[in-house]
Amino acid sequence: MTFFEDPVVFLSNLIQDLLVGLNLAPSVVTFFMTLLGVVIVASFGLIAVIFLIWLERKVAARFQDRIGPNRAGPYGLLQTFADIIKLITKEDITPDNADKVAFNIAPILSVVSVLLIWAVIPFASGWIGSDINVGVLYIGAVGSFGILSVLMAGWSSNNKYALLGAFRAVAQLISYEVPMLITLLIPVLLARTMGLMGIVEAQSTWFVVYAPLPALIFLISSIAEIGRTPFDLLEAESEIVAGFHTEYTGMKFGLFFAGEFLHAFTIGVLTAILFFGGWRGPGAETYPVLGVIYLMLKALGGYFIVMWVRTTLPRIRIDHMLNFNWKLLVPVTLALLMLIAVLDKAFAGTALYLPALIAANLVVFAGLMVALRQLAVRQRKERKRFKKRPVAKPA
Amino acid sequence: MNGFSAILKGMWTTFKSMFEGPVTIQYPEVKRPVRRRFKGRHELKRYENGLEKCIGCSLCAAACPADAIFVEASENTDEQRFSPGERYASTYEINMLRCIFCGYCEDACPTEAIILGDNYELSFTDRAQSIYTREKLLNPVGPSGQATPQQVPAGMFDRSIPVMVDPD
Repeated sequence: MTFFEDPVVFLSNLIQDLLVGLNLAPSVVTFFMTLLGVVIVASFGLIAVIFLIWLERKVAARFQDRIGPNRAGPYGLLQTFADIIKLITKEDITPDNADKVAFNIAPILSVVSVLLIWAVIPFASGWIGSDINVGVLYIGAVGSFGILSVLMAGWSSNNKYALLGAFRAVAQLISYEVPMLITLLIPVLLARTMGLMGIVEAQSTWFVVYAPLPALIFLISSIAEIGRTPFDLLEAESEIVAGFHTEYTGMKFGLFFAGEFLHAFTIGVLTAILFFGGWRGPGAETYPVLGVIYLMLKALGGYFIVMWVRTTLPRIRIDHMLNFNWKLLVPVTLALLMLIAVLDKAFAGTALYLPALIAANLVVFAGLMVALRQLAVRQRKERKRFKKRPVAKPA
Repeated sequence: MNGFSAILKGMWTTFKSMFEGPVTIQYPEVKRPVRRRFKGRHELKRYENGLEKCIGCSLCAAACPADAIFVEASENTDEQRFSPGERYASTYEINMLRCIFCGYCEDACPTEAIILGDNYELSFTDRAQSIYTREKLLNPVGPSGQATPQQVPAGMFDRSIPVMVDPD
C-alpha cells in the first residue's frame, strides 16, 4: 500500500509502527491512535465550519444580489477569522443569578453534540471514526444533546426570553425528531444494517431513487432540527430577542453560531450518506481520497439546499409548524415506513422491487397532495363563513 | 395555487436571482455620480477673476431655517479687495450639525455665491470640526483668476451685485 493510494491508512500504519517500536503496551498504542483520530476528525469539523460560514455568507449574498464579504483576504476568505478575533476580544458577560455551570457548559455542548455525529461518518471506504453497528441509533441519540444544550442555555440564562426560546426549541426539536428518526429508518430498512458504512456500501443505486419522499422529509425535518429559517422560531428576533442565546456574548455566542453552521453542514453530510450514496462514485473504491471529495461535494449540495431554503422562505407560525409536523410529516413518514417495509419484504430481489418502491412514494405523495387540497378547501370555506358575521360599522 | 407549488415558485424565484449578478458598488473605491440637483456640502463661489462672489450681506443666515449660518462682514478697499462692492464676508461659518441641506441659502443669495455642491462625505470626530469655516467652503481660485485679497484700480469694482442681463 502506497501513500497515494490511501494516505490515511498509510500514515496511521506508519504512526502505529512507530509507537509499537517504542515498546509501548498495545493498549497505550490503541489509546494514542484513537486520540489522534478523534483530534483529526474534530479539527476537520471545526476548521470546515470556518469556511462554511464564509460560504454561507457568500451564497446568501448572491441570492440577494450582493457580493458578500470581500474585504478581508482574497474573496473575503479571512472574514470569519476577523469575526472570531472580534468575538474573542468581546467582554464575556455572565448574567447575575445565572446558573454558571449550565451557562458555561451549554455552548460547548452545542458544538460537541454536532462533532459527536462526525465520529460515525464514513468519509471514504475504510475512513471512519468508529464503524459501530448502531450508527443510525447513535446519530439519533447524540443529536438530542443539541436539544439539551439549547434547554440548558435558555434555563440557565435567568432571562425570560431565553427561557421562552428554550421552550419553543424543545417543542420544535423534539417534535421534528420523530419524522427525522422514522425517515432514518428507511435507509436502514433498505440496507438491512444500522452501520453507516454498511448503508453506504449497500447503495449501488442511491437510496434517493428508491425513496425520494423520505429523502425530502428527512431534509425538511433536519432543517427544523437545526432551527434554521423557516423553522427558526427558537430565535425569532422579532418576538423573543435572540431566543435561548440572548444572554450569550463573545466566543460563547460564537460557539452556538459555529455549532449551528456545523450542524447544517452535518445535515448535508447525513443526507448524502443516507440517500445519495455517501462516498460512492467512480474510482472511490481504489482511491479513498476521491471518496472524501465525492462525499464533500454531495454534502455541499445538501448544504446548498439548506441555504437556498433559508434565503427563500419566511419564518412560519409556531402552530403551523407543529401542525405541519404532527398532522402531516409524522403520519406520512409512518405510512411510508410501513409501505416500504411491506414492499421490501414482498419484492426483495425481484425486478418489481424498484418500480414498487417508486410507486409507493408516488402514491403517498399524491395522497398527501389530495389531503392538502381538501384541507385548503375546508379552510377557505371556514374563512367565508367567518366573513358573513356581522361586523361593527362606523356610524 | 396550493402551498406546495407556491413554495416551489418562491424557490425558483430566488434561484433565478442568483444569476442576476450583484448590484453592489464598491463605495470608497467607486463612487456613483450624484444627481444634478443633489444638495451636498456648501461651496462659496468665485468670479473668473478670482474675486469672491460673497458680499457678506447675511441674507443666507436670515433665510436659514436651522440657524446654521453665521456671517460677519468687513469693508473692502481697493488695496485689499476680496469681493466686488463695499463689503465681503470676513467670517463665514456653517454648522454642519445644524444644517438641514434645504438649499434656502442658495435661493436667498443675491450673487449666487453659495451653492450646495456634490460632496456628501461629511464626517467629523469632534463637534468643533462640524463648523465649516470660510477657508474650507471657498472654492480654489480658477486658472484665470488671482488670489484674494487683490489690489485693483480704484472705481473698477464698485458694484456689489452684477448687472442683470436677460439671457439672449
